[in-house]
Amino acid sequence: MAEKLLTIKHLKKSYGDNLILKDFNLTVNKGEVIVVIGPSGCGKSTLLRCINGLEPIQGGEIKLRGEIIDGKAKNIAEIRQKIGMVFQSYELFPHKTVLQNIILAPIKVQKRDKAEVIKEAEQLLEKVGLLDKKDSYPRQLSGGQKQRVAIVRALCMHPEIMLFDEVTAALDPEMVREVLDTILDLAKQGSTMIIVTHEMSFAKAVSDRVLFLDKGEIVEEDIPEELFENPKTERARRFFNTFEYDAVKHHTKTSNQ
Amino acid sequence: MQALGIEVLLKGSNFLRLLGGLWVALKISLIAVLFSIVLGILFGIVMTYKNPLVKIISRIYLEIVRIMPQMVLLFIVFFGTTRMFGWNLDAELAAIIVFTFWGTAEMGDLVRGAVSNIPKHQYESSYALGLSKAQTYYHIVIPQTLRRLIPLSINLVTRMIKTTSLVMMIGVVEALKVTQQIIEANRMVAPNAAFGLYLTVFILYFLACWPISLLATYLEKKWSA
Repeated sequence: MAEKLLTIKHLKKSYGDNLILKDFNLTVNKGEVIVVIGPSGCGKSTLLRCINGLEPIQGGEIKLRGEIIDGKAKNIAEIRQKIGMVFQSYELFPHKTVLQNIILAPIKVQKRDKAEVIKEAEQLLEKVGLLDKKDSYPRQLSGGQKQRVAIVRALCMHPEIMLFDEVTAALDPEMVREVLDTILDLAKQGSTMIIVTHEMSFAKAVSDRVLFLDKGEIVEEDIPEELFENPKTERARRFFNTFEYDAVKHHTKTSNQ
Repeated sequence: MQALGIEVLLKGSNFLRLLGGLWVALKISLIAVLFSIVLGILFGIVMTYKNPLVKIISRIYLEIVRIMPQMVLLFIVFFGTTRMFGWNLDAELAAIIVFTFWGTAEMGDLVRGAVSNIPKHQYESSYALGLSKAQTYYHIVIPQTLRRLIPLSINLVTRMIKTTSLVMMIGVVEALKVTQQIIEANRMVAPNAAFGLYLTVFILYFLACWPISLLATYLEKKWSA
């Protein structure tokens, strides 16, 4: 029996008159990996920001293990500790070293023992191959390295669910792999995750369930094998076509004949 | 080579008087800097408010300071207030008031810039880690603001020290004024003293400002992100 971790019911989010998410519903079970795909502006990043209480919502409710997530509530900082979030632009703290970035919140927020946190941080850094960078400053790291540190920083809080917001979108192609491998490892260990990405083959490999979003609504939702191989909606087919390039070549060839 | 006339510095207590003049200049700028830092931080925080009235008033204040030559400000405060209100301000006090008025505006603008330069995402990633608003300011925003601010405000300090050479115009006997007095007094015995003495003033100002400037460069390199 799957254990429900996160439930979103009738979520409505708008910026002024601009409706971003309309009546959005989603249930995430423990250990599940959900990938959210869709054209830009479809509301996928906003969804993650709402889940973390970074955006005020205009309707509906988001609950983590039955606790309502509300950015203005007193307990928001407590709930956020259970939600790890990794941003597209890494957002490491530039005035702190890699290790200081990682141990700040566990020590100051969770009041854990410093020596114990450092030990755990070092183990996690070792796992992502960055232990030798622990005393470096973020500016001395490559984009891929920064993003792996950001992931470790979130993990060190022992979150129950991880949110990844287009974490490879700002990276050079050869650095994408090292970050995605880190996330694949997490999936293997049974972490619960919601991943927003444009990396389709990665999405296929990592996800238990894929949501295709357009204009603030779930257009299609399925297991990856189905959704990627034979999408049922016209909108999803058109979206996947934007990742295929041979159609253009074929077209010019036929017109030359 | 022509004699530079530096030997007149050794007459009587001339050199000590020159150092005394330099101290007057440094004293005025240091007191003004201290006031400017405290008031400037407050003014800078006020300037980040979105209130339109606050914005207009601070804008006008900033523009006045930027447009007005410091010398005009000095004349208004020293001579102008005597005629208008019958105040008999001490020249050094008038200088401190003008330099604080100037420094507060510039410092405030630096603080405003430094605070609003911290990207929104820095706050968000801190909140996302479960830090409270107070913790976010204490651990993330203020340290980064200070790092941006300190090198810039040190530059402001050196500019203030330099500009104290204007205060002789309202009768403060600082380094430049003392030099003029020494030159005048020795016009007959050392007619070439002007070059040597002004060169000495140059070196003294340089020695006062250079270490501060080096410190700013060092901090800037150390903290550049």
